[in-house]
Amino acid sequence: MEHMSLPERVVRGVLIALIVLFFLFPIFWIFLMSFQTNEDILRIPPSLFFTPSLSNYSALITGKLVSTAGTLDIAFMKNLWNSVLLSTASVVIALILGVPAAYAFARFKFRLGEDIAFTLLSFRFAPPLLVLLPLSLYFQQLGLTDTYIGLIWVYQLIALPLILWIVRGYFEDLSPDIEYAYRVAGHSWWRTFTRIAIPLAGPGIAAAGLLAFIFCWNNFVFALILASAEKQPVTVGALAFVTASGIQYGQIAAAIVLSVAPTLALALYAQRYLVEGLSLGAVKG
Amino acid sequence: MANLEIRSVSKEFKTGKVLDRISLAADNGEIVAVFGPSGSGKTVLLRLIAGVEQPDEGTILLGGRDVTDQAPERRGVGMAFQNFALFPHMSAFDNVASALTAHKTPPESVRAKVEKIAALLKIEHVLGHAPRELSNGQKQRTALARALVAEPKILLLDDPLRNVDAKLRYEMRLELPSLLKASGSTVLYVTQDYKEAMALGDRIAVLSDRDFAQIARPAEIYGRPATINVASLFGDPTINLIPVEPLASSTGPKIGIGGAALSLPPGYGHVTGKLGVLGLRAENIVVEDTASQESVPVEVVAVTPLNERTLLLLRTDDGREILASEAGMNEAPRRHGPAFARFDPEAILLFDPASGRRIAPQSA
Repeated sequence: MEHMSLPERVVRGVLIALIVLFFLFPIFWIFLMSFQTNEDILRIPPSLFFTPSLSNYSALITGKLVSTAGTLDIAFMKNLWNSVLLSTASVVIALILGVPAAYAFARFKFRLGEDIAFTLLSFRFAPPLLVLLPLSLYFQQLGLTDTYIGLIWVYQLIALPLILWIVRGYFEDLSPDIEYAYRVAGHSWWRTFTRIAIPLAGPGIAAAGLLAFIFCWNNFVFALILASAEKQPVTVGALAFVTASGIQYGQIAAAIVLSVAPTLALALYAQRYLVEGLSLGAVKG
Repeated sequence: MANLEIRSVSKEFKTGKVLDRISLAADNGEIVAVFGPSGSGKTVLLRLIAGVEQPDEGTILLGGRDVTDQAPERRGVGMAFQNFALFPHMSAFDNVASALTAHKTPPESVRAKVEKIAALLKIEHVLGHAPRELSNGQKQRTALARALVAEPKILLLDDPLRNVDAKLRYEMRLELPSLLKASGSTVLYVTQDYKEAMALGDRIAVLSDRDFAQIARPAEIYGRPATINVASLFGDPTINLIPVEPLASSTGPKIGIGGAALSLPPGYGHVTGKLGVLGLRAENIVVEDTASQESVPVEVVAVTPLNERTLLLLRTDDGREILASEAGMNEAPRRHGPAFARFDPEAILLFDPASGRRIAPQSA
C-alpha cells in the first residue's frame, strides 16, 4: 500500500469516497429527515436546508402522535424495549445452547452428527411464512401466542443455526493438541472447554452473536403474526406510522434512527473482539 | 518395578493398523528413546499413554496402576507436544503454570516452581511474553518447562527438538540428558533422528512395521541390530548390505566377495550353503594400498572428505559398491584408483534375507 504513486492514491481515495457516499447516503438522508416535519420532507424539490425540529423524537418518546386527524397513541418506546429484550434474550439463549453444541459437532464424531447439524441449518432454508401458519395454531394451543417466551423460542430458528455453524468452524480451526495439552496438565474437560476452547474461539463467538443479534433485531414476520402490539418489536411497531391521515415520514425516519442506534453501537463495540489471529503462533508443524 | 508398562496395545485408524500388540516396560528414572521412521506410530504411542487416544486393545499401567480407561487429567503424566501446543492467549508464565494450577498449588509455590524451571531452561526473561512473541527455541523450551514443572513420574516428549534450528538442537542434545536425569522421571523420548536416540536414551525402542523391532541399549542396537531394518536405520552412512552365500571350507565358513574369499568368525558354521546378507558398517572397513591376507581388491570410485572423516565409495571386481569411512582428513587425500579393502571380521553381521532377522553366531 505504501508504494503507491500519487495519482494511484488520488484515484483510490476518490473511489472509496464514491462507495462510502453511495452506501451511506440513504442513512444520512434519513438522519436529516428525522429532524424535519412532514411538510419539509414532502417538499418538491427536496432541499438540504430546513429548520431542524425535534418534534418527531418528542412524539416517539412521549408516545403521543399529534396529526391533523387528532392525537394518536403510539407504543414506539415499548416496541424498542421489546426489540432489545427479544433480541438479547434470544442471542443469550442461542449462545448458551449453540456454543456447546458447536463444540460437540466440531470435536466429536457421533452417529447422525452431520445429519443433525445439517437439519439445524436447514431451518434457515424454510420460508418463515410456510412455518408460521401451523406454528401459530400450535402456539395458540400451548398458550404461547403473544408471550415473550414464545417469540424468543421462535427466534431460535434464526439465531441458533447461525451461531452453531459459524462457531463450529472456529472450533474446528483450533488445534485439538492445545486442548489435550491443557488436559494432560491435569485440567478437566469442562475447564478445558471454558478456559481454552471458548477464549480461543472468542472472536468467532462474538461475530456469530453479533450477526444473530442483527438478524433477530431485523425480524419482522414472526412477531407480526405471533404477537400483539404489546409484545411487538420496532420492526412491526413502525407500521403504526401509516395512519389514517397519511404516512408520518418524519416519525418513521426518527424511529429508524433510534432503532438502528443499538445495533450500530453494538457492532462498533464488538469490532475489537472480531479481530482474528489470536491463535497465531500457538502451534507449529 | 516398572514405572511405565504397556501390554500388547493395539491401535487402528481408518487408514490402517498403526500399532499391533506392542509391549514396553520402563523403570523409574529411565530414559527410553522411541525411535522409528516417520509414520511408524511413535506419536500415537505417546498419545495412548497420555490418554489423548484410546487403545483398541491392551493395557497401560503407570506406576503399577491400570490407567487404560482413565481420562488424561487423571494420569499424572507430563507431555511436550511436537507442535508445542502452547496456549496462545496466555503468557509463557501461565502456560508453564497451567500444569500446577490444576492441582490447587498455592500461588507463591507456583511462582517459585515456574521460575526455577524457567531459569533451568533459560527462559526466565520471556515469561511475561505471549507465545506469538517467542522464537521457536523459546516456544520449545516453554513447552518443555510446562511438561517438567509439575515433576511428573512419567514424562512424554514428542520429538521436542524437531522444530528448532540445528544449532539449538545441538545445544539441547547436550543439555537434555542431565536435565531429564535430574527430574527423576521415567522418560519416553520420541525422535526420528538416530543420533538423538543414541545420545539421550538409556535404551532405544525401535518402532517399525507396527511393532518394536528391538528394545535395547544404544551400543547393542548399533552393534547387534535385531533386523536388517534396524541395522539400516542406525548409522551414517547406511550400513553396507551385501548378499552372500557362505560356503564351507577346511578352515571354517567363507564368503566370496569380489573374487576374494573371506573367513567368517567362528560360530557361523551353521549358515553354510544358505543365502545370507552380510552387514558391514563403513567404519569397519580399512582401505589400504597394498594387498594383505583376506583383503578384497577394489576400485576407489569417489572420495568425499568431511571434517572428521572421509567417505570412500569402493567398487569390487564383480561390480558391488561398498561405502567405507576413514577417520580424519588425510594429509594426502586418497586418490581414485585400485586399492584393497580389509573387513573387520568381528564387526561382521549376517542376516537371514527371508525374515530380515540377524543370524547370531553359535557359541562353540
